[in-house]
Amino acid sequence: MCLAIPARVVELRDGDLAVVDLAGVRKEISLALVEDVALDDYVIVHVGFALSKLDPEEAARTLALFAELDGSTAP
Amino acid sequence: MKYIDEFRDGALARKLGAHIARAADPGRRYHFMEFCGGHTHAISRYGVADLLPANVRMIHGPGCPVCVLPIGRVDQAIRLALDHGVMLCTYGDCLRVPASDGLSLLKARARGADVRMVYSSADAVALARQHPDRQVVFFAIGFETTTPPTAVAIREAAALGLGNFSVLCCHVLTPPAMTAILEAPASAGGVPLDGFVGPAHVSTIIGSAPYAFCAERYGKPVVIAGFEPLDVMQAILMLIRQTNEGRAEVENEFVRAVSHEGNRKAQALVAEVFTRRPDFEWRGLGTIPDSALSLAPAYRAFDAEARFPVAYRSVADHKACECGAILRGVKRPQECRIFGTACTPENPVGSCMVSSEGACAAHYTYGRYKDA
Repeated sequence: MCLAIPARVVELRDGDLAVVDLAGVRKEISLALVEDVALDDYVIVHVGFALSKLDPEEAARTLALFAELDGSTAP
Repeated sequence: MKYIDEFRDGALARKLGAHIARAADPGRRYHFMEFCGGHTHAISRYGVADLLPANVRMIHGPGCPVCVLPIGRVDQAIRLALDHGVMLCTYGDCLRVPASDGLSLLKARARGADVRMVYSSADAVALARQHPDRQVVFFAIGFETTTPPTAVAIREAAALGLGNFSVLCCHVLTPPAMTAILEAPASAGGVPLDGFVGPAHVSTIIGSAPYAFCAERYGKPVVIAGFEPLDVMQAILMLIRQTNEGRAEVENEFVRAVSHEGNRKAQALVAEVFTRRPDFEWRGLGTIPDSALSLAPAYRAFDAEARFPVAYRSVADHKACECGAILRGVKRPQECRIFGTACTPENPVGSCMVSSEGACAAHYTYGRYKDA
């Protein structure tokens, strides 16, 4: 139920709506719960609503944290 | 897919597993609860438990909306559809939850009830507009993640003056359920915990601030994690470090989507449309005060429980079903004697076998082969 997926916004529509692309599948969703969403933003989509924007810089930082594990010694 | 594949990298997962093994003190045992069914699903599906040392045990929590829904709530929905002739709309996961008299919403449909599966609360509003001659009830379940979309639907129905739309509101709250688990003494079936893997998408809405009580009042660390396997493993590593250092803090691994304050716009909508119920019965956890929502007085016209005479009646679970103990983290699915025999995803006896996030369904699908 709480499962939700990051999807890219490919079109903004009237009435607080947007079209997202999920690995080639396009779907109309509502932006009623988020603010300042722009084209090409990634949003977390749940039951047809964007719940939050994904922060690409924070995502990169988390991935970098994983990458640091490469070759590092015991914590 | 971007933001998914990178967080499922198998080679990195093994490295994280090695780090966890080095961080875990062989002289102690660690018990962490993943509150959310989404994490339970990820742990089972990606074999995360196999990458953990034997002294780090993950305990499945109650964060699966259909799992914690008691039989009496599904009975209400069935009565609305069968006795009051409404068009009952709900999410797919709700349809197969076993209810009283051997019924489920799906079986009620076979008896002629008009039960519709919707993807979104907006679909239920659309059905009400298309069928002005019918009473349309949206059976709304879920934690804080699913509540704001219901608020949007109710506001839209109010704006459109839809007199034939109402909501059977069974939305529940995460922090009171965590409190119930932390308050349960071992003598009453409580489970010893060293910390929580905190919710992913619930936290996008409520933020990381509401979990502070776990750390401050109960001395238990919470690490909010995304739903991908590397997220869960990183959170487990962070929990082990907190435990080793004697810290109890709320940390956020899911910074790419969760902030301290959460989604203020969604919170404001929920605060406008809903109010707290004095108490609410959960499957497994019993009746918890202030743990669920109903419609606020201003929106009471859209409350199905006010519009139709379908008072809630508590119904005991099936005698052989261990869902209650499993939801409290006291038992594991394989410790239930009907697991995988009388109770399967195709023919569930208990709610934990219904949804893919349910502990039993996740173990049945991904984990049981190891038990053989």
